[in-house]
Amino acid sequence: MIKCEHITKTYITGDTETPVLKDINFNIDEGEFVAIIGPSGSGKSTLMNILGALDRPTSGKYFLNNKNVFDMSEAETAAIRSEEIGFVFQSFNLLPRATVLRNVMLPLIYNTHIPKSARRAKAEKALTAVGLDTDRWHHLSNQLSGGQMQRVAIARALINDPGIILADEPTGNLDSKTGAIVLDTFSKLNSVDGHTIILITHDAHVAEHAKRVIEIKDGAIVADRKNNLKI
Amino acid sequence: MLFSDLMEETFFSMKSNKSRASLTILGIVIGIGSVIAMISVGQGVSAGITSQIESLGTNLLVVSPGQQKSTSVVRGGMGSATTLTQEDSDAIVEQIVDITAVAPTVSSRKQVTAKGTNTNTSIYGIDTKYFSVKNTSVELGTEITEAQLKSKSKVAILGPTTRDDLFGEDVDPIGQKIRINSQEYTVIGVTVAKGGTGMGSSDDLIYIPLTTAQQYLTGNTKLSTINIQVTDADMMTYVEEEISALLLARHNIADAASADFSIMNQADMLDTMSSVSDTLTLLLGAIAGISLLVGGIGIMNMMLTTVTERTREIGLRKSLGASKSDISNQFLAESVVLTFIGGIIGIVLGWVAAWMITTLSSTTTVVTSWSIFLAVGISAFIGIVFGYYPAHRAAKLDPIEALRYQ
Repeated sequence: MIKCEHITKTYITGDTETPVLKDINFNIDEGEFVAIIGPSGSGKSTLMNILGALDRPTSGKYFLNNKNVFDMSEAETAAIRSEEIGFVFQSFNLLPRATVLRNVMLPLIYNTHIPKSARRAKAEKALTAVGLDTDRWHHLSNQLSGGQMQRVAIARALINDPGIILADEPTGNLDSKTGAIVLDTFSKLNSVDGHTIILITHDAHVAEHAKRVIEIKDGAIVADRKNNLKI
Repeated sequence: MLFSDLMEETFFSMKSNKSRASLTILGIVIGIGSVIAMISVGQGVSAGITSQIESLGTNLLVVSPGQQKSTSVVRGGMGSATTLTQEDSDAIVEQIVDITAVAPTVSSRKQVTAKGTNTNTSIYGIDTKYFSVKNTSVELGTEITEAQLKSKSKVAILGPTTRDDLFGEDVDPIGQKIRINSQEYTVIGVTVAKGGTGMGSSDDLIYIPLTTAQQYLTGNTKLSTINIQVTDADMMTYVEEEISALLLARHNIADAASADFSIMNQADMLDTMSSVSDTLTLLLGAIAGISLLVGGIGIMNMMLTTVTERTREIGLRKSLGASKSDISNQFLAESVVLTFIGGIIGIVLGWVAAWMITTLSSTTTVVTSWSIFLAVGISAFIGIVFGYYPAHRAAKLDPIEALRYQ
């Protein structure tokens, strides 16, 4: 599903070149739950941006469902983000002053393949999948708790039935208890619904929830191991 | 992105910023409203001038006696020369085609008295064709007849202002006697009021038969003017040249520059006057246009602020699959909707302003459909032009940077 071949990323500021990613190679298959772990400055966020088709590698090839993202136009990467990737951010990034349902349905306005009449049902399905109580659905997003907000954000990421869910420090703004609920939600989405999940984190405890951990340091993969989950 | 989604997003974002959106709309309302109102004033003036000139008659050429070649150092005033004769008028009737009617006149300013009142006014000697050529008619009584012309009857038709001066307002003076040059005339009619003031007013004068005027007032067969109605507006210039050539030949003048008459072409006069009023309209419109421009800059200012405020949201939308054009369309739609709403309210307000100008002052205003189309066009144009730059800026934001923006 995901194939990274010799991916490098170098930021150039004036005359200084800062290599952020150096020769990254890995594959992720459908149905995997992968944590990409590394300290801040290791290049994991840059990697996530590349995986999410928000950024292009300086060199190397990134195949998403056998399509080379590097060769795509801006409109094509937008379509990829719309249909094949669901983002979950550390700071939730919900629209304030908009209801939960409206927030969850937001990605659908950029996906013309799904008829308008089908939106509501899809949103309800996604909200049910993340286990958010029905009585919250018509609340404004800024009236929710952090854990609820993040689950709304996950529901939003799910609504297009994307192949991959990319979560960037999804528990970073949450306390450990609500963080655990969110991580359980990911585990359930992976094991029950079969979603491919890529979790970016600096926290080894968070990474323990994933089936596979890719460790990245100074722009290079230093470890790639399977987790023996204690389920 | 569906159009309905675009509109929903637009109204959602305007709703979350009501006061700013309404102030921006107000800028456009004032701009469009003042353009409509100002142009309506210009158009009103223009329409007033046109109707006044057209009230003088349709397709009219007026031949007046001009500067007489003389050795005298003292020049006579315009029209004071007496170079036109009844024979000239008859020659025009006989030799010029493409004319509907010829109405020669003799005019003279005299003191007129009625019972106990008097006034100083113009006396026009006219024939039976004059009223049709000049687009006028009698409101009371009868017009001058052939028989009265032949018998040099002492009858008079009063202009409404003259009637008011001599007999009082709305009095029926038919059958009453007036005295002109100590000769007694019987009033047989009153003409309809045409408005207008000053020397050219057709309300403050007295009409008597041409022959009577020549006999008792001027004592000769000279004419003051010859009014010629041309059959077709397109023939005006041609007929003007024909008459000029004819009169030059009759007066034995070789050089057109030293002609002893002049011909006023109504179409030329209309052109001159309407070019003046068009300039006025343009000037007023341009002044109002400045406020429209300021309104447009207000739109751009608001949109730029909005784009900055919503940077994170733009980043989010991009990560959710919005393309560049989705983002730019959203912001463009917002500015176009703002100007459109402002434009609609502005048209209504401009209309009300025009109506108030008409009601509160004597200035007539005309709201024409083109000024509305112009205002709508300008407001749409402003929405697109002033919305384009902020929309473009939003669209080209880097989603990674935008998501990181605090």
